[in-house]
Amino acid sequence: MSEIVISAKDVTKTFMISAGAFRGKKPLHAVNGVSLDVERGEVLALVGESGCGKTTFAKMLLGLLPTTEGTIEFGGTPVANIERLKLASLVQPIFQDPYSSLNPRKSIGSIITLPLKVQGDPNPSTWRRRAEEMMELVGLPPRLYENFPNQLSGGQRQRVAIARALINRPEVVICDEPTSALDVSVQSQILNLLQDLRRELNLTYVVISHNLAVVEHIATRVAVMYLGRVVELKQTASLFDAPEHPYTRALLQSVLTPDPSMGVPDTQLGAAYPNPVEPPSGCTFHPRCASVMDHCAHARPATIVRSAGMVECHLYDENEGRGRIAS
Amino acid sequence: MSKRVLEVENLTVDIPVGAGMLHAVQGISFHVDRGETLCIVGESGCGKSLTSLAVMDLLPKKAIRTADTLELAGENLLGAGESRMSDIRGNTMGMIFQEPMTSLNPAYTIGNQLEEALKRHRRVSTREARDRAIYLLEKVGITAAESRLTQYPHQLSGGLRQRVMIAMTLMCGPNLIIADEPTTALDVTIQAQILLLLADLQREFDMGLILITHDLGVVARIADRVAVMYAGQIVEQGTAEQVFNSPTHPYTQGLLDCIPIPGKTDRGKPLGSIPGIVPSLVGEFRSCHFAERCMYAMDDCTKADIDMRDADSSGHRYRCLLDPATCKTNAIREGVA
Repeated sequence: MSEIVISAKDVTKTFMISAGAFRGKKPLHAVNGVSLDVERGEVLALVGESGCGKTTFAKMLLGLLPTTEGTIEFGGTPVANIERLKLASLVQPIFQDPYSSLNPRKSIGSIITLPLKVQGDPNPSTWRRRAEEMMELVGLPPRLYENFPNQLSGGQRQRVAIARALINRPEVVICDEPTSALDVSVQSQILNLLQDLRRELNLTYVVISHNLAVVEHIATRVAVMYLGRVVELKQTASLFDAPEHPYTRALLQSVLTPDPSMGVPDTQLGAAYPNPVEPPSGCTFHPRCASVMDHCAHARPATIVRSAGMVECHLYDENEGRGRIAS
Repeated sequence: MSKRVLEVENLTVDIPVGAGMLHAVQGISFHVDRGETLCIVGESGCGKSLTSLAVMDLLPKKAIRTADTLELAGENLLGAGESRMSDIRGNTMGMIFQEPMTSLNPAYTIGNQLEEALKRHRRVSTREARDRAIYLLEKVGITAAESRLTQYPHQLSGGLRQRVMIAMTLMCGPNLIIADEPTTALDVTIQAQILLLLADLQREFDMGLILITHDLGVVARIADRVAVMYAGQIVEQGTAEQVFNSPTHPYTQGLLDCIPIPGKTDRGKPLGSIPGIVPSLVGEFRSCHFAERCMYAMDDCTKADIDMRDADSSGHRYRCLLDPATCKTNAIREGVA
């Protein structure tokens, strides 16, 4: 049994959204009761459309947002009780856009060594050497130490962001769309690098991405999110080979593989993404679902444990779903 | 009536920069017929967007455009002045840009902007313009079209905004639509819907479509013909089947090897990559542009410009010194053919 690094239990994040002048505020459940464990050494991917709560959830993992309800535990201690500096040494982020996540007025060296400074590392004389070792590890020539971000290409900047995240040897790295701002040829370099680093430094990744081809390639487990809930959580192979939730199936269908013999898929996800302030009743996916049944609009589906993970859909209820309709 | 909508011959775009002249687009030629989709694919900085801006004459002021031929439905655009070009843009030539939020005016209603697109180019009554707006909004799959006319762009989701943009480009019934990364800012599920819509409308209205993108998946699914650009040049051109099933230029092969393909790439195995970075296009440059990053580079590659040559007799062309048979063997070894 592998060790659990992060454990989230019934995590909810509610924002109060102004509904307009004089109309008061309405709650928006960005994350709505998410429970999941991150195991040491795994790559857990969070996928879903924009607005499904994946970034909000990641921010809570990083301790950047407090949870409204529920707890996130890191190695058994609630994140809320871990001192900020201590948490920062355990979890580090890599963001999407390396153009805006690096300070343009700081040299590469000072960007990479900043976490050491913040953590009050006792040996300032070793910082430069350690930063250069880290640069070598992420594939940056150490001669760039004195350069500035604007002198670097997009791929190199993302390598700087990775070096900065790893200099304090964190246990978990949260990668929020790590390659979606990069070109295809650079994307593959960064993905290969992330894989190598994970093996070398024994890291755990939580990867947020909307690119399912990338997720299939690097993740070991995948959580599909829809309107703040995890609707399917599986080992990568079983999720991609045998998706159960109709939403997962539609997502997988919309992946455009470079195969000219196939046309553009018709995903049947007719209605647009619902307004999260007024989510649909029952199963929140029912207005867009291809396999919708009568009671989907009324009853919220329960979490059903499957061999390789879990799914939340009435189709898989015992004595319900397809079976009951057929009888 | 001829089927040819756009004919471009030897188009170049030069931009003066501090250090000299940036040769952003270096003599590219392509054509689009009615009912045909041409995809221009390449990485950032390869000149694909500048190519489309050059066709529309929307280049930055200091940029210099030259071409041997630039004809839209038989009309020479090279000599066309600014007022003639504004008559053409949005009329016979429609445009769709990447970010629908920035291409719609936030201060005007959807109806206002749609009607304006038609009234700018045709003598029609407000009533007629309104009817056409409703007709087209329904065509692009927007429900309750009439009530949408009074809404503002911020009240619509990204996918709906892009549908409105598409409806707007159709207002005057263009012969040609140029779409620059039309789905990049959208979710994957919405992307598929928008592409499907574009393909359907293009067939229905018998238009030419130029789609500019960096996403090879999009290209493979929607293109009739593909032009792969690298560092200001077209390095490979052919039908989608030719380019994807038998990629010939080492760059095209490298690109296809870089992307994880569900069901084909082994999960977790390292992906292929193209080492190095795109060369600077400032100054004179007499060499194969890809030579520095190419694993098959030879001495001759850096001695002169490389010309396009035929890969076969059916219009599949590429820019490389290697002969087609060698390229094919390489592609099979790389596992991309």
